[in-house]
Amino acid sequence: MSVIYVLWLRELKRYVRSRVQIVASLGQPMLYLLALGFGMGPIFEKAGQGSYIQFVAPGIIAMTVLFSSIFSGMGLLWDRQFGFLKETLVAPVPRIQIMLGRTLGAATVAMCQGFLVAMICLAAGFRAHDLAMLPLALGFMALIACLFSALGTAIGSALENIQGFQMIMNFLVLPIFFLSGALYPLGNLPAGLRVATRLDPLSYGVDGLRSTLIGVSHFGLATDALVLIVGTILFLLLGRHLFSKIQV
Amino acid sequence: MIQVSDLVKKYGDFTAVDHISFSVPKGEIFAFLGPNGAGKTTTIKMLTTLLEPTGGGLEIDGLDPRRSGTHVRQRFGIVFQDPSLDGDMTAQENMEMHGVFYHVPRKVRTERTESLMRQFELWERRNDQVKLFSGGMKRRLEIARALLHTPKILFLDEPTLGLDPQTRNQLWTHVKELNRTEGVTVFLTTHYMDEAERVAHRIAIIDHGKIVAQGTPEELKQQTGTTSLEEAFLALTGSTIRDEAATSADQFRQMAKLWGKR
Repeated sequence: MSVIYVLWLRELKRYVRSRVQIVASLGQPMLYLLALGFGMGPIFEKAGQGSYIQFVAPGIIAMTVLFSSIFSGMGLLWDRQFGFLKETLVAPVPRIQIMLGRTLGAATVAMCQGFLVAMICLAAGFRAHDLAMLPLALGFMALIACLFSALGTAIGSALENIQGFQMIMNFLVLPIFFLSGALYPLGNLPAGLRVATRLDPLSYGVDGLRSTLIGVSHFGLATDALVLIVGTILFLLLGRHLFSKIQV
Repeated sequence: MIQVSDLVKKYGDFTAVDHISFSVPKGEIFAFLGPNGAGKTTTIKMLTTLLEPTGGGLEIDGLDPRRSGTHVRQRFGIVFQDPSLDGDMTAQENMEMHGVFYHVPRKVRTERTESLMRQFELWERRNDQVKLFSGGMKRRLEIARALLHTPKILFLDEPTLGLDPQTRNQLWTHVKELNRTEGVTVFLTTHYMDEAERVAHRIAIIDHGKIVAQGTPEELKQQTGTTSLEEAFLALTGSTIRDEAATSADQFRQMAKLWGKR
Protein backbone atom coordinates (compact mmCIF):
# COMPACT_ATOMS: atom_id res chain seq x y z
CA MET A 1 0.00 0.00 0.00
CA SER A 2 2.70 2.46 1.03
CA VAL A 3 4.58 1.73 -2.20
CA ILE A 4 1.53 2.76 -4.21
CA TYR A 5 1.24 5.84 -2.04
CA VAL A 6 4.84 7.07 -2.48
CA LEU A 7 4.67 6.56 -6.25
CA TRP A 8 1.36 8.41 -6.36
CA LEU A 9 2.84 11.19 -4.25
CA ARG A 10 5.87 11.33 -6.53
CA GLU A 11 3.71 12.01 -9.60
CA LEU A 12 1.93 14.76 -7.73
CA LYS A 13 5.13 16.39 -6.49
CA ARG A 14 6.59 16.32 -9.98
CA TYR A 15 3.43 17.95 -11.30
CA VAL A 16 3.42 20.72 -8.73
CA ARG A 17 7.13 21.37 -9.32
CA SER A 18 6.83 21.80 -13.08
CA ARG A 19 4.92 25.08 -13.02
CA VAL A 20 6.04 26.05 -16.49
CA GLN A 21 4.62 22.83 -17.85
CA ILE A 22 1.32 23.37 -16.07
CA VAL A 23 0.88 26.76 -17.70
CA ALA A 24 2.11 25.50 -21.08
CA SER A 25 -0.33 22.61 -21.10
CA LEU A 26 -3.24 25.00 -20.49
CA GLY A 27 -2.52 26.81 -23.74
CA GLN A 28 -4.10 24.27 -26.05
CA PRO A 29 -7.41 23.82 -24.20
CA MET A 30 -7.69 27.60 -23.88
CA LEU A 31 -7.22 27.98 -27.61
CA TYR A 32 -9.89 25.40 -28.33
CA LEU A 33 -12.25 26.94 -25.85
CA LEU A 34 -11.82 30.55 -26.86
CA ALA A 35 -11.16 30.35 -30.61
CA LEU A 36 -13.50 27.47 -31.32
CA GLY A 37 -15.99 28.32 -28.61
CA PHE A 38 -16.51 31.88 -29.70
CA GLY A 39 -15.72 31.27 -33.38
CA MET A 40 -18.30 28.54 -33.90
CA GLY A 41 -20.77 30.11 -31.48
CA PRO A 42 -22.84 32.16 -33.95
CA ILE A 43 -23.31 29.35 -36.47
CA PHE A 44 -24.11 26.83 -33.72
CA GLU A 45 -26.78 29.13 -32.38
CA LYS A 46 -28.23 29.73 -35.84
CA ALA A 47 -28.56 25.96 -36.20
CA GLY A 48 -30.82 26.10 -33.19
CA GLN A 49 -28.44 24.28 -30.80
CA GLY A 50 -27.97 27.01 -28.21
CA SER A 51 -24.67 28.29 -26.81
CA TYR A 52 -21.58 26.59 -28.24
CA ILE A 53 -19.45 27.55 -25.21
CA GLN A 54 -21.94 25.68 -23.02
CA PHE A 55 -21.78 22.72 -25.38
CA VAL A 56 -18.05 22.56 -25.97
CA ALA A 57 -16.76 23.25 -22.43
CA PRO A 58 -17.36 19.68 -21.15
CA GLY A 59 -15.62 18.42 -24.31
CA ILE A 60 -12.60 20.64 -23.67
CA ILE A 61 -12.41 19.47 -20.05
CA ALA A 62 -12.54 15.87 -21.24
CA MET A 63 -9.83 16.62 -23.81
CA THR A 64 -7.56 18.09 -21.15
CA VAL A 65 -8.01 15.06 -18.94
CA LEU A 66 -7.39 12.75 -21.91
CA PHE A 67 -4.14 14.42 -23.00
CA SER A 68 -2.83 14.89 -19.51
CA SER A 69 -3.51 11.34 -18.38
CA ILE A 70 -2.08 9.69 -21.48
CA PHE A 71 1.08 11.82 -21.30
CA SER A 72 1.51 11.32 -17.57
CA GLY A 73 1.05 7.61 -18.05
CA MET A 74 3.64 7.66 -20.80
CA GLY A 75 6.00 9.47 -18.40
CA LEU A 76 7.11 5.92 -17.82
CA LEU A 77 9.15 6.30 -21.01
CA TRP A 78 11.18 9.13 -19.53
CA ASP A 79 11.75 7.14 -16.36
CA ARG A 80 12.90 4.23 -18.44
CA GLN A 81 15.44 6.36 -20.26
CA PHE A 82 16.58 8.37 -17.28
CA GLY A 83 16.92 5.26 -15.19
CA PHE A 84 14.50 5.67 -12.32
CA LEU A 85 12.36 2.83 -13.65
CA LYS A 86 15.23 0.42 -12.93
CA GLU A 87 15.32 1.55 -9.32
CA THR A 88 11.66 0.60 -8.96
CA LEU A 89 11.89 -2.66 -10.92
CA VAL A 90 14.82 -3.96 -8.88
CA ALA A 91 13.05 -3.21 -5.59
CA PRO A 92 11.46 -6.07 -3.62
CA VAL A 93 7.98 -4.91 -4.58
CA PRO A 94 5.35 -6.60 -6.77
CA ARG A 95 5.22 -4.85 -10.13
CA ILE A 96 1.47 -4.45 -9.97
CA GLN A 97 1.94 -2.02 -7.06
CA ILE A 98 4.44 0.04 -9.03
CA MET A 99 2.09 0.15 -11.97
CA LEU A 100 -0.93 1.08 -9.85
CA GLY A 101 0.95 3.83 -8.02
CA ARG A 102 2.07 5.38 -11.26
CA THR A 103 -1.35 5.08 -12.90
CA LEU A 104 -3.21 6.59 -9.95
CA GLY A 105 -0.65 9.39 -9.80
CA ALA A 106 -1.09 10.11 -13.51
CA ALA A 107 -4.87 10.09 -13.07
CA THR A 108 -4.70 12.53 -10.16
CA VAL A 109 -2.47 14.88 -12.14
CA ALA A 110 -4.94 14.73 -15.03
CA MET A 111 -7.79 15.53 -12.63
CA CYS A 112 -5.92 18.63 -11.44
CA GLN A 113 -5.40 19.76 -15.03
CA GLY A 114 -9.05 19.13 -15.82
CA PHE A 115 -10.05 21.13 -12.78
CA LEU A 116 -7.89 24.08 -13.85
CA VAL A 117 -9.47 24.04 -17.31
CA ALA A 118 -12.90 23.86 -15.74
CA MET A 119 -12.04 27.09 -13.90
CA ILE A 120 -11.02 28.67 -17.19
CA CYS A 121 -14.33 27.56 -18.71
CA LEU A 122 -16.13 29.28 -15.84
CA ALA A 123 -14.20 32.44 -16.56
CA ALA A 124 -15.15 32.18 -20.25
CA GLY A 125 -18.82 32.21 -19.30
CA PHE A 126 -19.62 28.52 -18.93
CA ARG A 127 -22.28 27.71 -16.33
CA ALA A 128 -23.26 24.27 -15.01
CA HIS A 129 -27.02 23.73 -15.18
CA ASP A 130 -27.36 21.98 -11.84
CA LEU A 131 -24.86 22.36 -9.01
CA ALA A 132 -26.14 19.18 -7.34
CA MET A 133 -24.73 17.22 -10.28
CA LEU A 134 -21.18 18.54 -9.77
CA PRO A 135 -19.97 15.59 -7.65
CA LEU A 136 -21.13 13.27 -10.43
CA ALA A 137 -19.27 15.37 -12.99
CA LEU A 138 -16.13 15.02 -10.88
CA GLY A 139 -16.74 11.29 -10.81
CA PHE A 140 -16.82 11.21 -14.60
CA MET A 141 -13.63 13.24 -14.77
CA ALA A 142 -12.01 10.71 -12.46
CA LEU A 143 -13.21 7.82 -14.62
CA ILE A 144 -11.83 9.42 -17.79
CA ALA A 145 -8.55 10.11 -15.97
CA CYS A 146 -8.23 6.51 -14.70
CA LEU A 147 -9.12 4.96 -18.04
CA PHE A 148 -6.61 6.94 -20.07
CA SER A 149 -3.85 6.86 -17.44
CA ALA A 150 -4.14 3.10 -17.54
CA LEU A 151 -3.91 3.25 -21.33
CA GLY A 152 -0.94 5.62 -21.14
CA THR A 153 0.88 3.31 -18.74
CA ALA A 154 0.16 0.36 -21.00
CA ILE A 155 1.56 2.23 -24.02
CA GLY A 156 4.56 3.46 -22.01
CA SER A 157 5.31 -0.14 -21.01
CA ALA A 158 5.13 -1.39 -24.58
CA LEU A 159 7.23 1.33 -26.22
CA GLU A 160 11.01 1.16 -25.96
CA ASN A 161 11.66 4.81 -26.65
CA ILE A 162 10.09 8.11 -27.51
CA GLN A 163 10.35 7.62 -31.28
CA GLY A 164 6.90 6.05 -31.28
CA PHE A 165 5.45 9.07 -29.53
CA GLN A 166 4.41 10.92 -32.68
CA MET A 167 2.69 7.78 -33.93
CA ILE A 168 0.73 7.44 -30.72
CA MET A 169 -0.19 11.10 -30.86
CA ASN A 170 -1.41 11.10 -34.47
CA PHE A 171 -2.94 7.66 -34.69
CA LEU A 172 -4.33 7.21 -31.21
CA VAL A 173 -4.66 10.29 -29.02
CA LEU A 174 -5.90 12.76 -31.61
CA PRO A 175 -8.42 10.29 -33.13
CA ILE A 176 -9.70 9.51 -29.65
CA PHE A 177 -10.27 13.23 -29.17
CA PHE A 178 -11.75 14.08 -32.56
CA LEU A 179 -14.03 11.05 -32.67
CA SER A 180 -15.38 11.57 -29.18
CA GLY A 181 -18.00 14.18 -29.92
CA ALA A 182 -16.09 16.65 -27.77
CA LEU A 183 -16.54 19.28 -30.47
CA TYR A 184 -19.83 18.28 -32.14
CA PRO A 185 -23.14 16.61 -31.21
CA LEU A 186 -23.30 12.85 -31.79
CA GLY A 187 -26.81 12.90 -33.27
CA ASN A 188 -27.48 12.58 -37.05
CA LEU A 189 -23.91 11.61 -37.95
CA PRO A 190 -23.03 9.70 -41.16
CA ALA A 191 -22.96 5.95 -40.56
CA GLY A 192 -19.16 5.56 -40.58
CA LEU A 193 -18.61 8.32 -38.09
CA ARG A 194 -21.43 7.05 -35.92
CA VAL A 195 -19.74 3.67 -35.58
CA ALA A 196 -16.36 5.28 -34.89
CA THR A 197 -17.74 7.55 -32.19
CA ARG A 198 -19.46 4.63 -30.51
CA LEU A 199 -16.20 2.68 -30.38
CA ASP A 200 -14.32 5.60 -28.84
CA PRO A 201 -14.28 5.31 -25.02
CA LEU A 202 -13.90 9.07 -24.67
CA SER A 203 -17.35 9.54 -26.30
CA TYR A 204 -18.88 8.10 -23.16
CA GLY A 205 -16.70 10.31 -20.96
CA VAL A 206 -17.68 13.45 -22.84
CA ASP A 207 -21.31 12.37 -22.79
CA GLY A 208 -21.16 11.73 -19.05
CA LEU A 209 -19.66 15.15 -18.43
CA ARG A 210 -22.16 16.79 -20.72
CA SER A 211 -25.16 15.20 -19.10
CA THR A 212 -23.96 16.06 -15.58
CA LEU A 213 -22.84 19.59 -16.45
CA ILE A 214 -25.39 20.82 -18.99
CA GLY A 215 -28.09 18.16 -18.85
CA VAL A 216 -27.73 16.92 -22.43
CA SER A 217 -27.10 13.22 -22.89
CA HIS A 218 -26.73 10.96 -25.90
CA PHE A 219 -26.10 7.51 -24.43
CA GLY A 220 -27.52 7.96 -20.93
CA LEU A 221 -25.58 8.22 -17.67
CA ALA A 222 -25.67 4.54 -16.78
CA THR A 223 -24.26 3.46 -20.13
CA ASP A 224 -21.56 6.13 -19.91
CA ALA A 225 -20.44 5.03 -16.46
CA LEU A 226 -20.57 1.33 -17.31
CA VAL A 227 -18.49 1.68 -20.48
CA LEU A 228 -15.89 3.81 -18.69
CA ILE A 229 -15.59 1.42 -15.75
CA VAL A 230 -15.28 -1.65 -17.96
CA GLY A 231 -12.78 0.18 -20.19
CA THR A 232 -10.68 1.18 -17.18
CA ILE A 233 -10.56 -2.40 -15.92
CA LEU A 234 -9.57 -3.71 -19.35
CA PHE A 235 -6.78 -1.14 -19.77
CA LEU A 236 -5.54 -1.80 -16.23
CA LEU A 237 -5.31 -5.50 -17.01
CA LEU A 238 -3.53 -4.73 -20.26
CA GLY A 239 -1.18 -2.37 -18.42
CA ARG A 240 -0.45 -4.96 -15.76
CA HIS A 241 0.41 -7.49 -18.41
CA LEU A 242 2.65 -5.18 -20.43
CA PHE A 243 4.30 -3.71 -17.33
CA SER A 244 5.19 -7.17 -16.08
CA LYS A 245 6.96 -7.83 -19.38
CA ILE A 246 9.33 -4.86 -19.14
CA GLN A 247 12.99 -5.81 -19.20
CA VAL A 248 15.67 -3.20 -18.65
CA MET B 1 27.35 -15.17 -0.70
CA ILE B 2 27.24 -15.36 -4.50
CA GLN B 3 27.43 -18.74 -6.24
CA VAL B 4 27.44 -18.94 -10.01
CA SER B 5 27.87 -22.18 -11.95
CA ASP B 6 27.75 -22.68 -15.70
CA LEU B 7 25.70 -19.53 -16.18
CA VAL B 8 24.61 -18.91 -19.78
CA LYS B 9 22.76 -16.05 -21.45
CA LYS B 10 21.96 -16.24 -25.15
CA TYR B 11 20.31 -13.67 -27.37
CA GLY B 12 19.29 -15.67 -30.42
CA ASP B 13 22.55 -17.02 -31.84
CA PHE B 14 24.70 -14.64 -29.84
CA THR B 15 26.03 -15.92 -26.53
CA ALA B 16 26.57 -12.93 -24.23
CA VAL B 17 27.55 -15.01 -21.20
CA ASP B 18 29.09 -18.38 -21.93
CA HIS B 19 29.15 -20.96 -19.10
CA ILE B 20 30.77 -18.87 -16.42
CA SER B 21 31.34 -20.08 -12.86
CA PHE B 22 32.62 -18.23 -9.83
CA SER B 23 31.82 -17.72 -6.20
CA VAL B 24 32.16 -14.76 -3.88
CA PRO B 25 32.39 -15.50 -0.15
CA LYS B 26 30.78 -13.28 2.46
CA GLY B 27 32.60 -10.02 3.17
CA GLU B 28 34.76 -10.12 0.06
CA ILE B 29 35.27 -7.33 -2.47
CA PHE B 30 35.12 -9.03 -5.84
CA ALA B 31 35.98 -7.19 -9.07
CA PHE B 32 34.61 -8.30 -12.40
CA LEU B 33 36.76 -6.91 -15.20
CA GLY B 34 36.48 -7.12 -18.94
CA PRO B 35 36.48 -5.07 -22.15
CA ASN B 36 33.32 -3.45 -23.45
CA GLY B 37 30.66 -5.96 -24.40
CA ALA B 38 32.37 -8.81 -22.54
CA GLY B 39 29.23 -9.67 -20.58
CA LYS B 40 29.80 -7.84 -17.28
CA THR B 41 26.53 -5.95 -17.17
CA THR B 42 24.58 -8.93 -18.50
CA THR B 43 25.95 -11.00 -15.61
CA ILE B 44 25.04 -8.33 -13.07
CA LYS B 45 21.54 -8.12 -14.51
CA MET B 46 21.09 -11.87 -14.11
CA LEU B 47 22.41 -11.77 -10.55
CA THR B 48 20.03 -8.94 -9.70
CA THR B 49 16.85 -10.54 -11.13
CA LEU B 50 16.56 -8.04 -14.00
CA LEU B 51 17.32 -10.64 -16.65
CA GLU B 52 16.34 -14.27 -16.96
CA PRO B 53 19.36 -16.57 -17.54
CA THR B 54 19.21 -19.04 -20.43
CA GLY B 55 20.76 -21.73 -18.26
CA GLY B 56 23.03 -22.55 -15.33
CA GLY B 57 23.00 -22.22 -11.58
CA LEU B 58 22.65 -18.99 -9.61
CA GLU B 59 22.56 -18.42 -5.88
CA ILE B 60 22.46 -15.21 -3.89
CA ASP B 61 22.74 -15.74 -0.14
CA GLY B 62 21.48 -19.27 -0.67
CA LEU B 63 18.45 -18.20 -2.74
CA ASP B 64 17.74 -18.61 -6.44
CA PRO B 65 16.87 -15.22 -8.02
CA ARG B 66 14.58 -16.99 -10.48
CA ARG B 67 12.41 -18.56 -7.81
CA SER B 68 12.57 -16.10 -4.92
CA GLY B 69 13.04 -12.82 -6.76
CA THR B 70 11.53 -10.60 -4.10
CA HIS B 71 13.60 -12.11 -1.28
CA VAL B 72 16.77 -11.82 -3.30
CA ARG B 73 16.02 -8.19 -4.13
CA GLN B 74 15.67 -7.34 -0.45
CA ARG B 75 19.21 -8.66 0.12
CA PHE B 76 21.23 -6.58 -2.28
CA GLY B 77 21.78 -2.95 -3.15
CA ILE B 78 22.81 -1.91 -6.62
CA VAL B 79 24.41 1.08 -8.30
CA PHE B 80 23.73 0.82 -12.01
CA GLN B 81 26.06 1.82 -14.79
CA ASP B 82 23.57 4.50 -15.86
CA PRO B 83 22.03 6.92 -13.41
CA SER B 84 18.83 5.74 -11.73
CA LEU B 85 17.84 8.69 -9.57
CA ASP B 86 14.72 10.78 -9.93
CA GLY B 87 16.06 14.20 -10.90
CA ASP B 88 12.87 16.07 -10.09
CA MET B 89 12.86 14.87 -6.51
CA THR B 90 15.20 16.03 -3.76
CA ALA B 91 18.04 13.88 -2.46
CA GLN B 92 16.13 13.11 0.69
CA GLU B 93 12.98 12.20 -1.22
CA ASN B 94 15.00 9.78 -3.33
CA MET B 95 16.25 8.14 -0.14
CA GLU B 96 12.75 8.15 1.36
CA MET B 97 11.23 6.41 -1.67
CA HIS B 98 13.95 3.80 -1.64
CA GLY B 99 13.31 3.16 2.04
CA VAL B 100 9.63 2.58 1.34
CA PHE B 101 10.37 0.28 -1.61
CA TYR B 102 12.59 -1.84 0.62
CA HIS B 103 10.19 -1.86 3.59
CA VAL B 104 12.58 -0.08 5.94
CA PRO B 105 10.59 0.99 9.04
CA ARG B 106 10.05 4.74 9.18
CA LYS B 107 12.20 5.37 12.25
CA VAL B 108 15.16 3.37 10.93
CA ARG B 109 14.66 5.00 7.54
CA THR B 110 14.96 8.51 8.92
CA GLU B 111 17.97 7.73 11.09
CA ARG B 112 19.85 5.77 8.49
CA THR B 113 19.11 8.31 5.76
CA GLU B 114 20.69 11.00 7.88
CA SER B 115 23.76 8.99 8.87
CA LEU B 116 24.40 7.75 5.31
CA MET B 117 23.91 11.19 3.81
CA ARG B 118 26.28 12.68 6.36
CA GLN B 119 28.80 9.95 5.66
CA PHE B 120 28.64 10.66 1.93
CA GLU B 121 28.69 14.42 2.57
CA LEU B 122 25.28 15.06 1.08
CA TRP B 123 23.29 16.04 4.17
CA GLU B 124 23.67 19.78 3.60
CA ARG B 125 22.15 19.39 0.15
CA ARG B 126 19.35 17.03 1.16
CA ASN B 127 16.57 19.41 0.11
CA ASP B 128 17.95 20.13 -3.35
CA GLN B 129 16.55 18.50 -6.44
CA VAL B 130 18.90 15.82 -7.67
CA LYS B 131 19.03 17.28 -11.18
CA LEU B 132 21.08 20.13 -9.71
CA PHE B 133 23.75 17.72 -8.45
CA SER B 134 27.14 17.09 -10.06
CA GLY B 135 28.00 13.66 -11.43
CA GLY B 136 30.01 12.81 -8.36
CA MET B 137 27.27 13.83 -5.95
CA LYS B 138 24.73 11.76 -7.86
CA ARG B 139 27.00 8.74 -7.65
CA ARG B 140 27.50 9.22 -3.92
CA LEU B 141 23.77 9.53 -3.45
CA GLU B 142 23.18 6.36 -5.42
CA ILE B 143 25.62 4.45 -3.25
CA ALA B 144 24.14 5.90 -0.07
CA ARG B 145 20.70 4.93 -1.34
CA ALA B 146 21.81 1.40 -2.21
CA LEU B 147 22.99 0.97 1.39
CA LEU B 148 19.84 2.33 3.04
CA HIS B 149 18.21 -1.07 3.51
CA THR B 150 21.42 -2.61 4.92
CA PRO B 151 21.96 -5.03 2.03
CA LYS B 152 24.21 -8.03 2.40
CA ILE B 153 25.61 -7.51 -1.08
CA LEU B 154 26.41 -4.31 -2.90
CA PHE B 155 26.59 -4.43 -6.70
CA LEU B 156 28.54 -1.59 -8.31
CA ASP B 157 28.46 -1.51 -12.11
CA GLU B 158 31.20 0.88 -13.25
CA PRO B 159 30.40 3.30 -10.44
CA THR B 160 33.31 5.65 -11.16
CA LEU B 161 32.64 6.14 -14.87
CA GLY B 162 33.13 9.80 -15.72
CA LEU B 163 34.18 10.89 -12.23
CA ASP B 164 37.27 12.95 -11.41
CA PRO B 165 40.14 11.32 -9.47
CA GLN B 166 39.18 13.07 -6.22
CA THR B 167 35.64 11.73 -6.30
CA ARG B 168 36.79 8.27 -7.36
CA ASN B 169 39.26 8.17 -4.54
CA GLN B 170 36.67 9.26 -1.99
CA LEU B 171 34.13 6.80 -3.32
CA TRP B 172 36.41 3.78 -3.01
CA THR B 173 37.49 4.88 0.46
CA HIS B 174 33.83 4.81 1.46
CA VAL B 175 33.27 1.42 -0.11
CA LYS B 176 36.29 -0.11 1.62
CA GLU B 177 35.22 1.42 4.89
CA LEU B 178 31.73 -0.04 4.56
CA ASN B 179 33.12 -3.41 3.67
CA ARG B 180 35.32 -3.28 6.78
CA THR B 181 32.77 -1.97 9.26
CA GLU B 182 29.49 -3.50 8.04
CA GLY B 183 30.93 -6.59 6.35
CA VAL B 184 29.08 -5.87 3.10
CA THR B 185 30.04 -8.17 0.25
CA VAL B 186 30.90 -6.04 -2.79
CA PHE B 187 30.64 -7.12 -6.42
CA LEU B 188 32.02 -4.44 -8.73
CA THR B 189 32.92 -3.86 -12.33
CA THR B 190 35.25 -1.13 -13.55
CA HIS B 191 37.48 -0.20 -16.45
CA TYR B 192 40.12 1.31 -14.18
CA MET B 193 42.66 -1.36 -13.32
CA ASP B 194 44.29 0.71 -10.59
CA GLU B 195 40.94 0.85 -8.77
CA ALA B 196 40.43 -2.87 -9.01
CA GLU B 197 43.95 -3.48 -7.75
CA ARG B 198 43.43 -1.11 -4.87
CA VAL B 199 40.07 -2.28 -3.53
CA ALA B 200 39.40 -5.82 -4.72
CA HIS B 201 40.36 -8.91 -2.77
CA ARG B 202 39.79 -11.07 -5.79
CA ILE B 203 39.31 -10.43 -9.49
CA ALA B 204 37.74 -12.30 -12.38
CA ILE B 205 38.48 -11.30 -15.95
CA ILE B 206 35.75 -11.95 -18.49
CA ASP B 207 36.08 -11.71 -22.26
CA HIS B 208 33.66 -12.75 -25.00
CA GLY B 209 31.33 -14.07 -22.32
CA LYS B 210 33.92 -16.41 -20.81
CA ILE B 211 35.96 -16.04 -17.64
CA VAL B 212 39.57 -16.13 -18.80
CA ALA B 213 41.24 -15.82 -15.40
CA GLN B 214 40.44 -15.33 -11.74
CA GLY B 215 42.41 -14.85 -8.55
CA THR B 216 43.95 -12.14 -6.40
CA PRO B 217 45.65 -9.26 -8.24
CA GLU B 218 49.00 -10.83 -7.30
CA GLU B 219 48.03 -14.20 -8.71
CA LEU B 220 46.89 -12.65 -11.98
CA LYS B 221 50.18 -10.81 -12.39
CA GLN B 222 52.17 -13.95 -11.61
CA GLN B 223 50.06 -16.01 -13.94
CA THR B 224 50.75 -13.66 -16.88
CA GLY B 225 54.30 -12.74 -15.89
CA THR B 226 53.46 -9.04 -15.84
CA THR B 227 54.14 -6.32 -13.31
CA SER B 228 50.86 -4.41 -13.27
CA LEU B 229 47.23 -5.44 -13.39
CA GLU B 230 46.75 -3.36 -16.52
CA GLU B 231 49.41 -5.37 -18.35
CA ALA B 232 47.95 -8.59 -17.02
CA PHE B 233 44.54 -7.50 -18.28
CA LEU B 234 45.86 -6.72 -21.76
CA ALA B 235 47.83 -9.96 -21.84
CA LEU B 236 44.65 -11.88 -21.09
CA THR B 237 42.18 -10.03 -23.28
CA GLY B 238 44.36 -8.79 -26.16
CA SER B 239 44.56 -5.22 -27.38
CA THR B 240 41.80 -5.16 -30.00
CA ILE B 241 39.26 -2.42 -29.44
CA ARG B 242 35.66 -3.56 -28.91
CA ASP B 243 32.72 -1.62 -30.19
CA GLU B 244 29.36 -1.84 -28.60
CA ALA B 245 26.30 -1.07 -30.66
CA ALA B 246 24.45 2.00 -29.43
CA THR B 247 21.32 0.88 -27.62
CA SER B 248 17.98 2.54 -28.07
CA ALA B 249 18.59 4.16 -24.70
CA ASP B 250 21.72 5.86 -25.99
CA GLN B 251 19.95 7.05 -29.10
CA PHE B 252 17.13 8.33 -26.99
CA ARG B 253 19.44 10.25 -24.67
CA GLN B 254 20.89 11.94 -27.67
CA MET B 255 17.44 12.96 -28.76
CA ALA B 256 16.44 14.04 -25.28
CA LYS B 257 19.46 16.36 -25.31
CA LEU B 258 18.20 17.91 -28.52
CA TRP B 259 14.80 18.34 -27.01
CA GLY B 260 16.44 19.99 -24.04
CA LYS B 261 14.60 18.03 -21.39
CA ARG B 262 16.80 18.01 -18.25
